[in-house]
Amino acid sequence: MGPESLEERQKAAVEEVLKAYPEKAAKNRAKHLGVGGPEDESQKTCGNVRSNKKTVPGVMSQRGCAYAGSKGVVWGPVKDMVHISHGPIGCGQYSRAGRRNYYIGTTGVDTFVTMNFSSDFQEKDIVFGGDKKLTKCLEEIDALFPLNNGITVQSECPIGLIGDDINATSKQYAKQTGQTIVPVNCEGFRGVSQSLGHHIANDTVRDYVFDGAPKVLGESIEPTEYDVAIIGDYNIGGDAWSSRILLEEMGLRVVAQWSGDATLKEMAQTTKVKLNLLHCYRSMNYISRHMEKEYGIPWIEYNFFGPTQTIKSLRKIAAFFDEGVQAKCEEVIAKYQPMVDAVTNKYRPRLEGKQVMLFVGGLRPRHVIGAYEDLGMEVIGTGYEFAHDDDYKRTKDEIFRSTVIYDDVNEYELEAFVKKLQPDLVASGIKEKYVFQKMGLPYRQMHSWDYSGPYHGYDGFAIFAKDMDLAINSPVWGHSKAPWESEGEA
Amino acid sequence: MQEVENIVNGQKLFLREEYQEVLENKKQFEGGMGAINPEKVEEVAEWTKSWDYREKNLAREAITVNPAKACQPLGAVMVALGFENTMPYVHGSHGCVAYFRSYFTRHFKEPTPCVSDSMTEDAAVFGGLSNMKDGLKNCAALYKPEMIAVSTTCMAEVIGDDLFAFAEAAKEEDGGEFLPEGYPITYAHTPSFTGSHITGYDNMMHGIMSQLTEGKKGEKNGKINIIPGFETYIGSIRSVKAIVEAFGAEYTMLGDHADQWDMPAGDYKMFAGGTPIEAAKDCINAEATISLQKYSTVKTMKMVQKRWKHAGGFSNPIGLKGTDEFVMKLAELTGKEVPQKLKIERGRLVDAMQDSYPYMHGKKFAIWGDPDFLIGMVSFLLEMGAEPTHVLCNNPGRGWEEEMRALLDTSPAAADCHVWAGKDLWHMRSLLFTQPVDFMIGNSYGKELMRDTGTPLIYVGFPIFDRHHLHRYSISGYDGGLNLLTWITNKVLDQLDEETKDIASTDYFFDVVR
Repeated sequence: MGPESLEERQKAAVEEVLKAYPEKAAKNRAKHLGVGGPEDESQKTCGNVRSNKKTVPGVMSQRGCAYAGSKGVVWGPVKDMVHISHGPIGCGQYSRAGRRNYYIGTTGVDTFVTMNFSSDFQEKDIVFGGDKKLTKCLEEIDALFPLNNGITVQSECPIGLIGDDINATSKQYAKQTGQTIVPVNCEGFRGVSQSLGHHIANDTVRDYVFDGAPKVLGESIEPTEYDVAIIGDYNIGGDAWSSRILLEEMGLRVVAQWSGDATLKEMAQTTKVKLNLLHCYRSMNYISRHMEKEYGIPWIEYNFFGPTQTIKSLRKIAAFFDEGVQAKCEEVIAKYQPMVDAVTNKYRPRLEGKQVMLFVGGLRPRHVIGAYEDLGMEVIGTGYEFAHDDDYKRTKDEIFRSTVIYDDVNEYELEAFVKKLQPDLVASGIKEKYVFQKMGLPYRQMHSWDYSGPYHGYDGFAIFAKDMDLAINSPVWGHSKAPWESEGEA
Repeated sequence: MQEVENIVNGQKLFLREEYQEVLENKKQFEGGMGAINPEKVEEVAEWTKSWDYREKNLAREAITVNPAKACQPLGAVMVALGFENTMPYVHGSHGCVAYFRSYFTRHFKEPTPCVSDSMTEDAAVFGGLSNMKDGLKNCAALYKPEMIAVSTTCMAEVIGDDLFAFAEAAKEEDGGEFLPEGYPITYAHTPSFTGSHITGYDNMMHGIMSQLTEGKKGEKNGKINIIPGFETYIGSIRSVKAIVEAFGAEYTMLGDHADQWDMPAGDYKMFAGGTPIEAAKDCINAEATISLQKYSTVKTMKMVQKRWKHAGGFSNPIGLKGTDEFVMKLAELTGKEVPQKLKIERGRLVDAMQDSYPYMHGKKFAIWGDPDFLIGMVSFLLEMGAEPTHVLCNNPGRGWEEEMRALLDTSPAAADCHVWAGKDLWHMRSLLFTQPVDFMIGNSYGKELMRDTGTPLIYVGFPIFDRHHLHRYSISGYDGGLNLLTWITNKVLDQLDEETKDIASTDYFFDVVR
């Protein structure tokens, strides 16, 4: 490191990055870039960045759309329902089975998560409307997939533009059949990112699952004093399972998972739990607030990445319950501590001091920082695809050092920041992965866990540590330079 | 609990007793039929294998289940990345672009540059003009492409934005700062509700070729244009080039994305390779234009043949016969003998086919993919004596079904060969249960069919997300034929080993020499 401090280098990097833009765009982007300080009370949001605003046109944003937020995130993992991508063929195809929302079930018979149901709009559907086609789609799904427990209609862009009334169509069909049919107006052009899609999807859960009183199979569950629901865990690589086990071990009963490996029934019976446990605040705070207001269920945020945060969260959760749960919570912590110590002792020396830059969505840009720091790694940059002010406020408490903060970062900026700050690891999504690997930088996808995981909970932390070591200490990064190249030559 | 010396990821972690208990315990809260009544699930699962289910399934009119096609702008993005220093620019919502980039990146394991102008609700109401004005300027300023190739999402198409007028307005407003007069902004309307990704390929290729060549018609340049089509095999583009070069012919590969999706490690540059813009501007003056994918270049080739009056036409160099035709077409266009190099290559492929034929002969195959891919692949299967039992195309163009039928009718097993035009992979599932085959050839979506029906899958097609580096190879030309032969034959042999490896029961047939 040169004579400049990390913070100075970060501030210089932000200034440098903005120079490439035309004036109007530079002015806009300046508000989304900043440097956050862990002790800086003057900052309203981490780095004082602005967020949840329209993306600057013409840049390579990593953001997705409202449809992605609803179909891809909130509704898609609900396993016993069929989710129709309603509109042209592309959206459903590009979002098919890419998120690793793990589930147990017989796909195509009683569960449908990795499949792609599309109404495959043609020009005539655009011209004459697609409501009749939608009814036909619903009928055909019920005929060929009789064990589905409901159908959601995930609107793609044209639906809202051509004046189709999916709400009326769905309502009529639901009335005829008694089935749960959920129309979701999550057209991709709504809002500025995935985020509005989460909100819209949450609202439809409220309207059609809570207020709709859906028919569900089997007996209803008798409530207990220890019932909780996991909210905002999409069971990527099995994350919710490696979380659930800890909650059960401390004497709680996990009645529902939202929405990884979820069923309609689990969601419907969540209104009777004692406490909602919210992992991804961004995508499911809406329904948590609604349950608090409507059903008096408190909710707390927790973080199961890395032992420090996991322990803190377990205690926070236990504090809501009686001494029995609290005692068991301590037993759980004590039980796993030797394993955590062994993992940390093994991997920390191999990872100590390595610097990391993150760019992810949802909760991860702040939630995973602790897990890296538990391994002695230093997060020096982070940002969200689709966060709001409240996320950046929460981020202030999670950073350990001066951290460059970039909201809705685009390809150009992220590349420039990485070149300027030279981290040892970049952790982001598939679109950016190979850019940085080409530069010879170790990289981990932090949306899909790079086809590994789970990363939640104690067992997940061990995998996380092993994967980070794998990435950073792999011999492959040493091969980029050919033996005939002289020093300093790329 | 994890053991530090043997940390396992989800694959094995969840098989452990403590997790099996967790999963079992969870069932009491689930209302899925698997948790309530597993016998019922089995009963329905069995029914989905029946002829009764097949008939209902094939009678579907509205819902598409597990399609084997994508939408137009995906193809437009591929075209743009085939031109030197060209940024694909999608006029519409950025969600679409995130999808295109992820989709290609997962297949190629390479970065896929592409921008959008991030249209939202206000653009839906007032049109996307201001997005385009800002977007083109920002794109040019940040990424400094030599050309911007604009395509559209369905949102922009539904509201009816006028790309030509918008691009002109953007230049005017910019006043030449970032978008100077003459800066190439090519465009194509690519509505997702018409055709598929190959239609988008056609539209963008037509857009670039027609717009870059405006006013450029002049002396013939003596070259041959080659249009690869929606080609997802990098090696295929290189094989085709090698064949043309063997003739010593001057040529322009129009839309050459081979280097873009095959960048060496070391440093990252946003763009690599591609058709030089100057060469593209001159493509109107070529002697001939050969399209390697008929159904991906319908509109483009209509322009080339009817208006430009180029010789050439279509040639599909997959398989022996396809490559022979391509080679003979080049011989005719260049007036040259077939070069010795190609004669030897052909001989080697035929030699290999004659070495391996017993293993593919008579084997039944199910195959799906884009229309031209299928014509080439089925032709190759027939050359090997295989039986293409189910040939399924979700996005057939006009005339494809007839062409495929005519091709299958050349097979001695023609009566058992079926063409499924406009059908999807959930249809294929029924076909595989009711009229089973020995092997499937297709993309990663075939994986679920493999799981459900037990039919071994040979990965050839697009997209391939869960097998690495296949796209780097060629499936075109004689060398590509050899790759296909190797992959298919060895999968047949793997399967044979799989079926004969049981000790003291089937392993008398577990031969070391095959």
